[in-house]
Amino acid sequence: MVFRTFLLKYGEIGIKGKNRGQFEDALVAQVRYALEKVEGEFEVSKEQGRIYVNALGAEDSFDAEEVIQALQRVFGLVGICQVLKMPVSDPERIAENAVSFMAQTYHMTPAPEGAEAEVKMASPEEDAMTFKVHTRRANKQYPMSSMDVDALVGERLLSAFPGRMKVDVHHPEVMVYVEIREEVYIYSRIIPGPGGMPVGTNGRAQLLLSGGIDSPVAGWMIAKRGVILDATYFHAPPYTSERAKQKVVDLAKLVARYSGPIRLHVVNFTDIQLAIYDKCPHDELTIIMRRYMMKIAERFAQQDGSMGLITGESIGQVASQTIQSLVCTDDAASMPVFRPLIGFDKQDIIDLSLKIGTYDTSIQPFEDCCTIFVAKHPVTKPRLDIIKRSEEKLKDIIDDMLETAVNSAETIRIS
Amino acid sequence: MKKDGTDNMEAYLDNSATTPVSEGVAQVVMKAMTEDFGNPSSKHLKGMEAERLVRQAQEEIASTLHVAPEEIFFTSGGTESNNWALIGSAMANRRAGNHIITTSVEHAAVLRPLAFLEEEGFSVTYLSVDAHGHISVEDLKQALTKETILVSIMYVNNEIGALEPVAEAGEVIREWNRAHHTEVLFHVDAIQAYGKYRIAPRKLGIDLLSVSGHKIHGPKGSGFLYIRQKVKIKPLILGGGQQKGMRSGTDNVPGAAGLGEAAKEVYTEFDRKIAGMLACRRRLIEGLKEIEGVLLVTDEDEACSAPHIVSCACEGVRAEVLLHALEEKGIYVSSGSACSSNKKTPVSSVIQEIHLRKNLQESVIRFSFSDRTTVEEIDYALDVLRQLLPVLRRYSRR
Repeated sequence: MVFRTFLLKYGEIGIKGKNRGQFEDALVAQVRYALEKVEGEFEVSKEQGRIYVNALGAEDSFDAEEVIQALQRVFGLVGICQVLKMPVSDPERIAENAVSFMAQTYHMTPAPEGAEAEVKMASPEEDAMTFKVHTRRANKQYPMSSMDVDALVGERLLSAFPGRMKVDVHHPEVMVYVEIREEVYIYSRIIPGPGGMPVGTNGRAQLLLSGGIDSPVAGWMIAKRGVILDATYFHAPPYTSERAKQKVVDLAKLVARYSGPIRLHVVNFTDIQLAIYDKCPHDELTIIMRRYMMKIAERFAQQDGSMGLITGESIGQVASQTIQSLVCTDDAASMPVFRPLIGFDKQDIIDLSLKIGTYDTSIQPFEDCCTIFVAKHPVTKPRLDIIKRSEEKLKDIIDDMLETAVNSAETIRIS
Repeated sequence: MKKDGTDNMEAYLDNSATTPVSEGVAQVVMKAMTEDFGNPSSKHLKGMEAERLVRQAQEEIASTLHVAPEEIFFTSGGTESNNWALIGSAMANRRAGNHIITTSVEHAAVLRPLAFLEEEGFSVTYLSVDAHGHISVEDLKQALTKETILVSIMYVNNEIGALEPVAEAGEVIREWNRAHHTEVLFHVDAIQAYGKYRIAPRKLGIDLLSVSGHKIHGPKGSGFLYIRQKVKIKPLILGGGQQKGMRSGTDNVPGAAGLGEAAKEVYTEFDRKIAGMLACRRRLIEGLKEIEGVLLVTDEDEACSAPHIVSCACEGVRAEVLLHALEEKGIYVSSGSACSSNKKTPVSSVIQEIHLRKNLQESVIRFSFSDRTTVEEIDYALDVLRQLLPVLRRYSRR
């Protein structure tokens, strides 16, 4: 038997009062989006605080593993359960289905009927799986109480898998859920979802995306809070290569698996970098460069209807991320700058990037534009007034250059 | 050189990386794929037709080397040829000894299999090179021992174009074998040399010779290993027993046919083609010498250096940056070393082995020609280089 229904549980959005419907709709939309790339045809429905995915078509037209993997990238979901769905029917039918569900889910062979008297005597084996049945009777019309359904299903399971299963109502290894609604749902495993909020429920922000480890993780974290992402990447040909740009496109694609489509703005930053190099002190180069990056990203944020910027900075990681440096870069933007990794150690960030699958791409060795002109001893405690004074030297040209950079940028739609 | 719609010049000067397939080769490959598509192992007519193509290719290749067609074995390319020559012969002759001699500037397709053999208990001597990348034959003499079973020397170095003294080395090995009644084998990686030199393995005392198709306007994924008759070598790829059981797997008929055609073409009007490459080489070297801060890495002496490779270091500019800057002008070259800001990638072994000054090691670029390269392309590249270098030097890491 193929279980073609998936029950999706969501957490936080359950408590959003009047906005709840809106959040649920966003979640349904994200689930549909995630399933678009999965083989098979699916129907997504929302009922009574639950979202169900039904695989349509032939039994072999979809792969449950693939469905679950895709759903695990939908922010807002806390649990994904593959369920056996059946019409409301008498308790014996339900128990029968529970037996075949458990047999298939945990790869057990039910004992033949008739052997029943004998098997009741069998004492549980050492490694018998402990379980507990939990029935929820949302359909109050159903003639049997939930406690009685628990007892009946439990009994049938015990006799179907003699010695293999053992009841433990306090610390069961597995739960057997029976939900009686307009239909009956039987499930056991709850595969954890990513949590967070459905993308599209918390506005839009512009990610400063480099080819490194941090920024994709930062984008992922903000998207996890329901924020739609767009991104800005700065390249500096010939100092950075087409391959470095391809790497960033690849990273954006990986993030988009979670966040949905991303508009990626690719800005040619070479001339601005060279101008800074020509006119400003070299130890301030990185900080000044980052300030202009903020300004450019903010322009795209405005274009895209975003309300904030996102960076992958964490305090003290490099010279341009000391508190003093952050003050200076922060000043360049008028929008709020979200830095979700601010208190993270590098290893924490690496762990997350491994988890979301961006790490292997991030560590490909292509130079990015932040490193090419880096001074041997960059200033670590820049003072905003001094930095601003240095920028004065660019005042005649910089506005035009920023304008050119914005206007000549290439926008790539990542999905 | 060609002009595209925007009137931009293009100069492909990276022919040691790969070459475009020639029109003639493309036609032969196409025909082998669509018309003579049979499997040479099939007993019917279609199979025979395909087999004929493979044999014809063997004959064409054999005639360029003055060897027997039966001594040509098709492979998937230069890397496989090298792997097979080294591992296959070392394994077949391990009772005779466990010592192998090679040079410190070989391609990874030789160095890595040898590192594998070292793990398997063989010991390997790496001959060092002079400032232009040449080994000394005297060193080879000194390195030979009673345990030696194999010597592997590249014909032309792929990064700087150094021509190794293959003939002299062959003579040394022959003498050693005569004097000691041994059969030390001589393998030559000729991937950068085939089509640039007239190579006669018998005369040179070469037992095994590796060649790649795509360096001579042949298809990628094609190559061959010349194995002198009676050389003891084990197959690496086992299976259905194709190629006399020496290299199993359904024959790559289009690849073999294309390679045969490419071999034939490359040795047609050979002298004219070499003269053309030498003219480019002279023009480029002359031009580079006039540019300030450019140091020629390749040996200027044409007797010790290949006609199609010129490598130089451009002081104060990282090779990769220069490569991309040239790319913007439609000029394609290679960087002699893969470098990165975090210094995780070491500079290439050849560049280190020739003891180039540290500050130049990350600045080596390689120009490489084919018979299609024109002097106009060289002039264009030189022009662009003269314009770019001062600009790029102004913006370097301080």
